[in-house]
Amino acid sequence: MPSWKDVRADFPILHQQVNGRPLVYLDNGATTQKPRAVIDALVRYYERDNSNVHRGLHTLSMRATDAYEGARARVAKFVNAADPAEIIFTRGTTESINLVARSYGGKLGRGDVILCTEMEHHSNLVPWQQAAKASGATLKFVPFIGANAEGGLDLEALDRLLTPQVKVFAFTHISNTLGTINPVAELCRRARAVGAVTVIDAAQSAGHAPLDVRLLGCDFLAFSGHKMCGPTGIGVLYGRFALLDQLSPDETGGGMVVSVDFEGAKWKPAPERFEAGTPNVAGAIGLGAACDYLDSLDRVAIRQHDDELARVAYEKLATLPGIRLIGPTGERGGLVSFAFEGVHAHDVVTFADEDGVALRGGHHCNQPLMRKLGLTSTTRASFYLYNTAEEIDLLVASLRRTLKFFIG
Amino acid sequence: MSADLTELYQQVILDHNRRPRNRGRLPTANRVAHGDNPSCGDQCDVFLRLDGDRIAEISFDGSGCAISQASASLMTTQLKGKTAAEAETLYQEFHDIVTTGKEPAEISDVAAFAGVHAFPARIKCATLGWHAALNALKADATTATTESHTD
Repeated sequence: MPSWKDVRADFPILHQQVNGRPLVYLDNGATTQKPRAVIDALVRYYERDNSNVHRGLHTLSMRATDAYEGARARVAKFVNAADPAEIIFTRGTTESINLVARSYGGKLGRGDVILCTEMEHHSNLVPWQQAAKASGATLKFVPFIGANAEGGLDLEALDRLLTPQVKVFAFTHISNTLGTINPVAELCRRARAVGAVTVIDAAQSAGHAPLDVRLLGCDFLAFSGHKMCGPTGIGVLYGRFALLDQLSPDETGGGMVVSVDFEGAKWKPAPERFEAGTPNVAGAIGLGAACDYLDSLDRVAIRQHDDELARVAYEKLATLPGIRLIGPTGERGGLVSFAFEGVHAHDVVTFADEDGVALRGGHHCNQPLMRKLGLTSTTRASFYLYNTAEEIDLLVASLRRTLKFFIG
Repeated sequence: MSADLTELYQQVILDHNRRPRNRGRLPTANRVAHGDNPSCGDQCDVFLRLDGDRIAEISFDGSGCAISQASASLMTTQLKGKTAAEAETLYQEFHDIVTTGKEPAEISDVAAFAGVHAFPARIKCATLGWHAALNALKADATTATTESHTD
């Protein structure tokens, strides 16, 4: 079990005052802070090895290429992929899902069904709307259960919806708004039974819990570096190689071709086929360092730590007058989303900021879900490995002050 | 509470937020426009009954933070009886107040919004209702948005 106090010391940004109070950073669902080890990896790369990859024959280029491909192998190990060639570096979860939706979406046609869930982030919804429009496929949704979505996905409805016409089933691992942990291995198993390809949005889970693509049995899995201690602008699309190998590239250009003449080009195999242009070398190296950092702490322990904070937060928040807590009442991922009768999320966030507490208020890129819950916004506190139980007390005290101001 | 936050949540704003004026749909409206703040999900519908070039009646409906709701409420009290040109001028004055923090020369409730300028992320909240109203005046069917891009 890591010493969580020592973990806090690894993050330089946390040791500052905001509006005269110690920073309490509870917006980890949006982005996480970076440990010294990741910052150092970026600085080291730019100070020592910076060069273009896969092209140069000189020493720096070879070093940069080794570090970049080393990061790919590191990420493959992080998610237990069978082969580093199954790891495509992207800008983030959004680009990863867009890549699948466009490349795999090209194989879809009229009569086919794309299945999503009602709790998807816009990044795992809008690309599928576009793919449906482009291909003539129909987009359907697995509903959630309960007025506060506390019952999770409706698995009976899923069985009715999962027909042989379903070619893609795209779903989130942990909902960024609800904190719901979906039974992803089971969802993959059911999808496989009808021959549907599975796409998991792992943005909220990759840095919080062990992730094993072979154990889950998914075809594609997307996540972002910056939500798991890594830099912004780097993300991952895992794809099962047999599937990746059949896909056409989404973007074309340098670095992804075997040969080009004036009439056309031949593609390289995955992953290079999907990485046109100079990649985010520093970002990939930083992400590799983030994988090292998280594994040095043990991801099972991180999950227990984050989930325990969310559980404590849920219990303490439930004592506040007029609060409506959203999402599961039992097991949940490391976040809590809530709304107050008569006080808008933006006012809550502004007051919390005054106390040095960073929260997220709004629709969390989840507008259809919010509409179904009859809300326009919620306030979200999302936790990570450096957060403490004392910070939850500071959050609750800040919320009490806000309620007193607006409601009395 | 800091001076900045006290400035932002002035009594006038809290009062309009708690007891919004001219809230609800206007059955006699001959103009309506919808405003959206895509970054936070705030929404505001503005209903007008135009009599010639003059705003005979005005109301708003919507959901959002205290700043956006109070601003829309106060706006309806400011715009009632005004022409489109006068409304445009009032908006410009309001916009100056929320972006610069300079209070107007004459004593006016809109001065309460001067504190918004210290919170740049909230300027969009304060102007949402005004954008919708100006669109309604122009009979612009498109949704007013606080962001420049549209889908």
